[in-house]
Amino acid sequence: MQSEWLWGLGGGLLIGLGAAMLLWGNGKIMGASGMVGGLIDGSGRSDWAERAIFLIATFAAPLVLYPLFTEVDTHISSNWLVLIAAGLLVGIGTRIANGCTSGHGVCGISRFSLRGIVATLIYIAAGGASVLVFRHMLEAI
Amino acid sequence: MRLLFSALSGTLFGAGLFISGMTDTAKVQGWLDIFGDWDPTLAFVMGGAIIPMFFAWRLAEGRRPVTQAYFPPKPPVELDRRLAFGSVLFGMGWGLSGLCPGPAVASLGYGGVMHWVFFAAMLVGMGLAPYVRAALFERALPAE
Repeated sequence: MQSEWLWGLGGGLLIGLGAAMLLWGNGKIMGASGMVGGLIDGSGRSDWAERAIFLIATFAAPLVLYPLFTEVDTHISSNWLVLIAAGLLVGIGTRIANGCTSGHGVCGISRFSLRGIVATLIYIAAGGASVLVFRHMLEAI
Repeated sequence: MRLLFSALSGTLFGAGLFISGMTDTAKVQGWLDIFGDWDPTLAFVMGGAIIPMFFAWRLAEGRRPVTQAYFPPKPPVELDRRLAFGSVLFGMGWGLSGLCPGPAVASLGYGGVMHWVFFAAMLVGMGLAPYVRAALFERALPAE
């Protein structure tokens, strides 16, 4: 499907507009791991309502779009052990690094933040290594 | 007003993640599969997302956000072991599952029960993170 990069670009622009909206509206970095993590470890108690509404909207928007598309499949693994290990790694890792794809990637790179650029290079390299090892060498995913 | 901006931002974020294919774990793992059947879509998603933000940061100079006195300051350039260690863990989990935190939230409503398994584990990980951080990185620091 040649049009997939167009959907990617279009969706990417929406993601960037969302980040710009939060930056210009509330003076905040749009980082998904920070939004969720702040509610979990209590560090985001002072603005919990803003975080909750952001996350509810993130959750709800695809539900509105979902019926408009055919053949939506997330292709998620059916191996719950893999998913639990991955979830723990993503949860611990993003909070220790203070950001994920949205915070370090989108918001950091766009302002030429060295931290954001380095973090992004590292997690893409680690992700590539992870797929190489677990898919091609161990054939576990 | 701040809640309205949060809601609008989250809506754009969720819609963008869904439309772009970031919630499709096969596409994400395909992008990370450099030595296999590589899928370049995510480069377009990243590029597309960075364009509006590039201008948002450029226009921010000398101005202020609608509901706050100042824009978030640039973090002091501090590349530390925490950033590297955390990003390695995150990348490993991202490759294993094809999910990062944003898409994990965006796909909860329609992706099925396995998305909840990942999400629950991610929340546990986020809850454990302060303890892991303290054990690994704060032990040797002098008291402030």
